[in-house]
Amino acid sequence: MKVLLVDDSVTMRRIQKTQIQGLGINDIVEAGDGEEAYRKLQENMPIDLIMLDWNMPVMDGLTFLKKVRADNSFKNVKVIMCTSESEKTRVVEALKSGANNYLVKPFTPDALKEKLGI
Amino acid sequence: MDVSYINPFVTATIECFQTMLSIKTEPMAPQLKKEPYPAYDISGVIGLSGEAQGSISLSFPNDVAIKFVGKMLGVQVSEKSPDLIDAIGEFANIIAGNAKKDLSKFNLSISLPNVIIGKAHVLAGQSGASTIVVPFTSMFGIFAMEVSLKTK
Repeated sequence: MKVLLVDDSVTMRRIQKTQIQGLGINDIVEAGDGEEAYRKLQENMPIDLIMLDWNMPVMDGLTFLKKVRADNSFKNVKVIMCTSESEKTRVVEALKSGANNYLVKPFTPDALKEKLGI
Repeated sequence: MDVSYINPFVTATIECFQTMLSIKTEPMAPQLKKEPYPAYDISGVIGLSGEAQGSISLSFPNDVAIKFVGKMLGVQVSEKSPDLIDAIGEFANIIAGNAKKDLSKFNLSISLPNVIIGKAHVLAGQSGASTIVVPFTSMFGIFAMEVSLKTK
């Protein structure tokens, strides 16, 4: 499995990367905003999963998600929103925009494992 | 400012450090912020906008911040480390984001975090809005959360 990890916080990326590696996934690409993530996604296909923060500079996670879902070549890429945005309306908005799942930060490695279904 | 609005932020702070660091934090009595303002060394600040406006900040003495972030990353960090600045901003971001779900009537949006660094700095609240300060105790020392929320 190849994962694109998108978060503007370097420390959060480091923590999430450690969590993913703890699940035996070592093929990880990182990006700090939606624009960089879109570029990395195009350059590194096939990507199986995107772990996506919401609030980021340059291009936020929701805008990136909509851009990804508008491109048929990424239709098989799963997206899990990993964000501190915890309101029900936000969760619904993300799922309607094409996210496959939603994790509210902070989350435990077990919660991530459950969402990944592994 | 209705003092009850502080509760979601207090709960979010406790849960943030419990989940991320397995550290127990205990809120002390909330206080209305007044002079002389409390002084801090590093603060993570998130702006709140929507049907109410304000901010939430999480402020630490340097030595306490270094211990929290060191625990989170599993490595020692210095007071000038970019990781320290990034992590303090992320703590504030997570607390603001989680508190929002209990303040949904205000339809709040949160800003990206700003981090203020400076020995013994003070934070001034927005004019016309009172600020509530909640000190927290922890195994690493005392830190404080400040919330200012101006409702319509």
